[in-house]
Amino acid sequence: MTATTEINKIISKENLVYNKTSVLLDNEMHYCPGCTHGVIHKVIAEVIDEMGIQDKTIGVSPVGCSVLAYNYIDIDWQQAAHGRAPALATATSRLMPEKYVFTYQGDGDLASIGCAEIIHACNRGENIVVFFVNNAIYGMTGGQMAPTTLEGQVTATTPYGRDCKVTGFPMKITEMIAMLPGTRFVTRQSAETPGAVRKLKKAAQKAFENTRENKGLSFIEIVGTCSSGWKLSPVKSNEWMKENMFPYYPLGTLKDE
Amino acid sequence: MGDVRLMKGNEVIAEAAIRCGCDGYFGYPITPQSEIMETLMIRRPQEETGMVVLQAESEVAAINMVYGGASCGKKVMTSSSSPGISLKAEGITYLAGAELPALIVNIVRGGPGLGTIQPAQSDYFQAVKGGGHGDYKLIVLAPASVQEMNDFVDLSFKLAFKYLNPAMILSDGVIGQMMEKVELSDFKPRWTAEEIKEISGSWATVGKPADRERNISTSLDLDSAKQEIFNHKLQAKYRAMEENEVRFEKIACDDAEYLFVAYGSSARICQKAVEQAREKGIKVGLLRPITLFPYPTKAIQEMLKDVKGILSVEMSAGQMVEDVRLAVNGKVPVEHFGRYGGIIPTPEEVVEALEQKILGK
Repeated sequence: MTATTEINKIISKENLVYNKTSVLLDNEMHYCPGCTHGVIHKVIAEVIDEMGIQDKTIGVSPVGCSVLAYNYIDIDWQQAAHGRAPALATATSRLMPEKYVFTYQGDGDLASIGCAEIIHACNRGENIVVFFVNNAIYGMTGGQMAPTTLEGQVTATTPYGRDCKVTGFPMKITEMIAMLPGTRFVTRQSAETPGAVRKLKKAAQKAFENTRENKGLSFIEIVGTCSSGWKLSPVKSNEWMKENMFPYYPLGTLKDE
Repeated sequence: MGDVRLMKGNEVIAEAAIRCGCDGYFGYPITPQSEIMETLMIRRPQEETGMVVLQAESEVAAINMVYGGASCGKKVMTSSSSPGISLKAEGITYLAGAELPALIVNIVRGGPGLGTIQPAQSDYFQAVKGGGHGDYKLIVLAPASVQEMNDFVDLSFKLAFKYLNPAMILSDGVIGQMMEKVELSDFKPRWTAEEIKEISGSWATVGKPADRERNISTSLDLDSAKQEIFNHKLQAKYRAMEENEVRFEKIACDDAEYLFVAYGSSARICQKAVEQAREKGIKVGLLRPITLFPYPTKAIQEMLKDVKGILSVEMSAGQMVEDVRLAVNGKVPVEHFGRYGGIIPTPEEVVEALEQKILGK
């Protein structure tokens, strides 16, 4: 028996325990090794597939590393100007209320330049899902300070560490959003272990189910890593995240109505 | 005669939007155009045609809502006045870059900065030459009456969808605020999902069925070679507009020895100035550009065999005059006359300017 036939036997249908969803495209991802975006993309694609809503889902991608998310998830996409994804999603959802509309935004996009758009979309209770990937840094532009950058954290624009007296404080925008009556489900998740990924997937399912039931806005923050921006290996990035990000941005559901 | 009313220009924009089957309006209050959104809120088109009307948190959000709605193949619009249009400039260039049809109405007020709330025409450059970044053009229509405020809403959507390009109605506080007789358009139903699929199915983000590739509404291409090819495509589209969509009106031009070129409310003032000048024996006509892009360059050039001088009359410090000079290319004298900062010129001032600047009196 050759090695190939041996492999084919192992991956035969009756032995198959896991299959990549076809909603996740085969295009090679541009993300750096250790980046959380790839895992989050896979989770979203799986939920869309399992809920059978591929033909009813419209994604809105941001400016930032995930600007090219439309190359990876096989649905219709709108690519927004920096920070404006919630405005696009607002109109899309209102004009096509039977569709599932989500934004996918980073911390610079959502918490800095797009602060007004996200707060007001949340406050209006738009019937959309927001995926907010917080890795405490601007990834695409080369590792500058984000609103969520931790105190003392070294970035390209805080080369001596973030000094909160000068730059303000790391912004807990998810806590702010949970206060708004327009939001129904606000949760903070991560994706660094199989267990965390399962929890994230459950949250994503719940969020899209909320859209189905016209419940209003579901907001999922995912605390993630940026190995390149943090200048750490993927393994060290996860350790740094657990030690530094999780205490300041505690995981868990803030609101579920 | 259809449905004839006495209405304000701004109110007519709102009514025309409902009647032409517009799917969504997204706006933010600013003087002198707030009546557009206020009229829509009073009319409650949600209950009549299903049209969505939403007051956004900013002009920036409003234009990006337009981007989202346009991406769905819907007929969507926003309106604002000068400072608000500056804020929308980012969204407008994204619309042009993503080749999305939409209508933007600018009821111009005097600037720069916060300026004044009185009428002006000092946003010509912004509307016609860019405003946002990159090599793009808007289809720009300049109404000179409340009737044209009605007519140009539907026309803007037609052109926007024909060329997959945003269109702008460049009006001003005079036309927006004044009341005139208007014959309103008949009601047209909004497009159904099936019609949108037929008209815009190749690009609209309405949900990807299994039998087609995903539609992506984007202006991004990191590959410079592809970006240049895309820019060539845009330029070809703008040339096609120049070929097919130039609109203008000539008044008293048959025997004209001199010419006013003016659009919008300045053209209305020039109409009176033509009468007054002719009473004095000056044979002057008026060429009124209706489309500011594409510009009636050829129409001006065709007048050059007869006219001895041209006065560009604008409520600005001299913006459109540059396009007149480009068309004329030094063949006859071209001068500019304008009042600005919210001041509206009188016909008498216009005639006097013609006499001084062109006739050399």
